[in-house]
Amino acid sequence: MKPRHKRLAIAAGVVVAVGAAAALVLNAFQSNLVFFYSPSQVAAHEAPSLRTFRIGGLVERGTVKRDGTRVSFIVTDTAKSIPVSYEGILPDLFKEGKGVVAQGKLEGGVFVAREVLAKHDENYMPPEAAEALKRAQQGNPKLAESLATDTVKKQP
Amino acid sequence: MIPELGHLALWIALGISAVLGTLPMLGAARNRRDWMALARPSARWIFALVALAFVCLAISFIDNDFSVLYVASNSNRSLPLHYRFTAVWGGHEGSILLWLLMLTFWTFAVATFSRHLPEKVVARILSVMGWLAFGFLLFLLMTSNPFDRLLPVPADGRDLNPLLQDPGMVIHPPMLYMGYVGLSVAFSFAVAALIGGNLDATWARWTRPWTVAAWIFLTIGIALGSGWAYYELGWGGWWFWDPVENASFMPWLVATALIHSLAVTEKRNSFKSWTVLLAIMGFSLSLLGTFLVRSGVLSSVHAFATDPRRGLFILAFLVIVIGSSLALFAWRAPTVGLGARFALLSRESLLLGNNVLLVVACGAVLLGTLYPLALDALGLGKISVGPPYFDTVFVPLLTPLIFLMGVGPLARWKETTLPDLATRLKWAAGAAIVAAFLTAWLHGGVGIVGVVGLLMAFWIIASLLTDLVERLRPVGGMRSNVLHRARLIPRATVGMMVAHLGVAIFIFGVTLVKTGEVERDVKMGVGDTTEIDGKTFTFRGVRDVTGPNYRGAQGLIVVTQGDKTIATLHPEKRFFPVTQATMTEASIDSGLTRDLYVSLGEPVGGGAWIVRVYLKPFVDWIWGGCLVMALGGLIAATDRRYRIRARQTADAAAAAGATA
Repeated sequence: MKPRHKRLAIAAGVVVAVGAAAALVLNAFQSNLVFFYSPSQVAAHEAPSLRTFRIGGLVERGTVKRDGTRVSFIVTDTAKSIPVSYEGILPDLFKEGKGVVAQGKLEGGVFVAREVLAKHDENYMPPEAAEALKRAQQGNPKLAESLATDTVKKQP
Repeated sequence: MIPELGHLALWIALGISAVLGTLPMLGAARNRRDWMALARPSARWIFALVALAFVCLAISFIDNDFSVLYVASNSNRSLPLHYRFTAVWGGHEGSILLWLLMLTFWTFAVATFSRHLPEKVVARILSVMGWLAFGFLLFLLMTSNPFDRLLPVPADGRDLNPLLQDPGMVIHPPMLYMGYVGLSVAFSFAVAALIGGNLDATWARWTRPWTVAAWIFLTIGIALGSGWAYYELGWGGWWFWDPVENASFMPWLVATALIHSLAVTEKRNSFKSWTVLLAIMGFSLSLLGTFLVRSGVLSSVHAFATDPRRGLFILAFLVIVIGSSLALFAWRAPTVGLGARFALLSRESLLLGNNVLLVVACGAVLLGTLYPLALDALGLGKISVGPPYFDTVFVPLLTPLIFLMGVGPLARWKETTLPDLATRLKWAAGAAIVAAFLTAWLHGGVGIVGVVGLLMAFWIIASLLTDLVERLRPVGGMRSNVLHRARLIPRATVGMMVAHLGVAIFIFGVTLVKTGEVERDVKMGVGDTTEIDGKTFTFRGVRDVTGPNYRGAQGLIVVTQGDKTIATLHPEKRFFPVTQATMTEASIDSGLTRDLYVSLGEPVGGGAWIVRVYLKPFVDWIWGGCLVMALGGLIAATDRRYRIRARQTADAAAAAGATA
């Protein structure tokens, strides 16, 4: 092979390899995107019925119930609420009246979470939860504010 | 007074870095020796001043000076002394100060260990690093001054985030930052070479030890972060594809590509433009990581609630650095030349394959990390990209990379032939297959994915052994003993072999954890048992414990196998009153072949708790592999070749800089 052809072959090889990799990456990307919906959107039936998605908002006070390793609670964006069910151990920073993000699927009106994420420190609200509140808050800012700044429940 | 002293030191450092950024660079352009001579002393002064500022902040923490806002926000009287020290980098301002300390340290190191470099080159390199220091000092002073006072002075501080009260946190951030910022050296070398137009094999030889040094720190830093997540977050995962982890992983991938590409540039004078581009990309990704972590756009343990000016400042800095260096690259790269030719199948082309795969992998991570942020910034909705995406992408990308890892070191430079490679590697391939199936059969239950993983690990080891045997075999009737021939192998090659062995160990660990781990969340009352893999975990209840700044519950779980007690575990649930935070302290019995991992969930009444009981086979091999990789890097970076040539060459100017 002439040097020019060799360079051409190497370039072609690289292009093919990158192309194949890009196809693989984009395909995996498409099928693994997780969208976010606020409880209001879920109530308005905007959320997908089969696909995994995320919801965010505040954990409504007095709604956390345990049954063995199964937990259920209600997530609200102050306008609408949605019941959530989760099998497993909640993160340490999960608290009533505080922000939460859950990932899972809707099954018969109940959001079955496979993963629950909570904020990482006292001043911090997960962006998704803040977003849900902001959207719902447009009409009722005071309510949301009182929920967000509520004092923390003392250690049991 | 001490905080003011630190603050003043930062301002003076800012002034000196402005001088360092301009005069030596101009001096190199105009042949003014006196201007160039300013570079080294300036670099030393900046380091000394930033170190002074750092010490001042540390003293404020140790003295519980809550009149300093940053101290009041991140410390507390009841915080133990060693955590008061590490709290210096427990928040945003201190992290940036640590970043800066590392940057000026590297600048200082370059100034000190560059006596063999031509004066102009040193002046340009230090000037570029001076600009970086200037940018970050400005950022610190304008948006994140750690020495801001707080009035009225509170009686006590708000305490350090309990997640960070851990020995791992003492070394993880400094290591990671050393790696991040260390890439600035390769970046500065590249930019200086572009400006000076002297990109050649010598340049590559100078850059290599610095790049490897940064890579070592990055490797250890990432491994420590992963280990910390494993035992501190309390749910037994070691890698989450969290955007912040990705932010450190992307520079690592590019730095790995850079190390390999630099080898080609040094040995064969090829890939020059590509190598320069990688050096620029590596540091750009470090900056991008800093932006992601520090701007508050991510929800993560690393993201502190911040004001938007900070994100904007780093973004502007990022755009300036990446934009100007890429513009410089576009302008100067065409003059670099193409270098030596190589055949379709040669060590060069195989290393090119390595580079393409690593960069594509990095691009895939970048897409998964940035796309959700971009969509959000454009107001197109909120999405997230989870671990399944990364898992799906990484396995097919890494499989050919691992294959090349076996072939590459045996291929010859310039041209190699397929029959030759096939003959030399057939035993390695056979041995790898036999070993993989044998291990899979003995260990049991690993499935097809497990066999593929094991095959990759054993392929690396078998091809390494082939390489080693070839190097130790007597050549051309020379009668020398094996030990003598072993000593002839260059340290850089030994380093490569050790680092590749580390990759094999890592893959071995990942494969066996992924295929063999058992995770069980169970409700356990006092005396209840659960059994995993013949090991019986018995819950003996909890008792109250009190720590210096927390109180908590400590569980007692006894693990027995047959009649023998093999481990007694004490997982804890801690409550920190100041931050109102609850923390899970997992209890782990580590072993060579498995970890027993237990952590407390929450009480469910009647003395019963929800408990996580995990069995993690070979999990410690993951971090062990990373350490072996870093060790390989250390061996390679200390290759005497980089120094010997300095002595042999009559012209000291052409000498390699003493290594890092």
